[in-house]
Amino acid sequence: MAKRSAPEVNAGSMADIAFLLLIFFLVTTTIEKDKGLLRSLPPIDDSEVEPPIIKQKNLFTVLVSRDNQLLVEEELMELKDLRQAAIDFLDNGGSTNAEGETCTYCKGDRDPASSDHPDKAIISMKHDRETSYEKYIEVQNELVAAYNFLREREAQRLYNRSFQSMLEEKEKNQFSKDEKLNEQIEAIKKLYPMKLSEAEPDKS
Amino acid sequence: MSKFKKGKQGDLPAISTASLPDIVFMLLFFFMVATVMRDSSLMIENILPAADQIEKLKKDRTAFIYAGKPSSQFKQFGDEPRIQFNDAFIDVDQVKPSVLAAQAELVEELQPKFVVGLKVDKETHAGLVSDIKQELRKANTLKVMYIVNAKTEE
Repeated sequence: MAKRSAPEVNAGSMADIAFLLLIFFLVTTTIEKDKGLLRSLPPIDDSEVEPPIIKQKNLFTVLVSRDNQLLVEEELMELKDLRQAAIDFLDNGGSTNAEGETCTYCKGDRDPASSDHPDKAIISMKHDRETSYEKYIEVQNELVAAYNFLREREAQRLYNRSFQSMLEEKEKNQFSKDEKLNEQIEAIKKLYPMKLSEAEPDKS
Repeated sequence: MSKFKKGKQGDLPAISTASLPDIVFMLLFFFMVATVMRDSSLMIENILPAADQIEKLKKDRTAFIYAGKPSSQFKQFGDEPRIQFNDAFIDVDQVKPSVLAAQAELVEELQPKFVVGLKVDKETHAGLVSDIKQELRKANTLKVMYIVNAKTEE
């Protein structure tokens, strides 16, 4: 028998097969991107030192009841109003901070019955054990939003750029530290320190 | 002159599609590599709440704790929300050792920056979350991130 050369395999359908596979992986891929609210928990404090007394006017109490209702400063409030209420409270600047400085950058009402200084203003959040996690996150989100709003405003005023972009730049250059940028970020954080305390829910 | 005319006649030459499979294969390999199959199968319902004041999570320094109601295949565990870590249900008092073990597995320079990601179902009651947080405080892993879905600005 004569030696026949092997017939050439038609590779024309190769692309189709590869496309099929490609589409399968395209559809099944979920490039995971986890995002969330970053918070720091307070360390456990065993010392017997009396906690300093905080004036009622420097405390912004947010209570989430077991029926997911919001009680802000003993008054019922809708969630959508919470952000503005928190901003008003933090930005009030009615008096001086511990060093006796008035808040020159606050744009609030300077109401003597509300917080003295952003340094002193504390938001205290308390929730019930039966509060739903969804509501809890919504409230947390609004309170963080209030701080972000104020920091954003100061960044625009002082450095004429957004706070978000500063943080992003810091993230990008994490291996070549930019001292000036870090200082600016710290300065803004210091203007509105995040004092968001969470009380433990009552055991019931 | 007529010598040159001859060549110009006829249609455009067909574009060779021989390299098409190569291009497609390149794309294919990219997606194959980028695809992450879920590493721990969830035994609970896990619909995350939504928020918009979010930061990105750095995966390399994170351990996840899941919580929520056991999903329909795991009805034998009851209706109460449970905590899942890796592939098993754990009790509240096991949170601390589990988290510390996860922290110890990290690269040494990342250990102080350890973050615990909380993926909690939105129907869960917040009491369970505060129990977990209490345990995390005891373990001295104080950075937590509440993982949420990004909410688009309305």
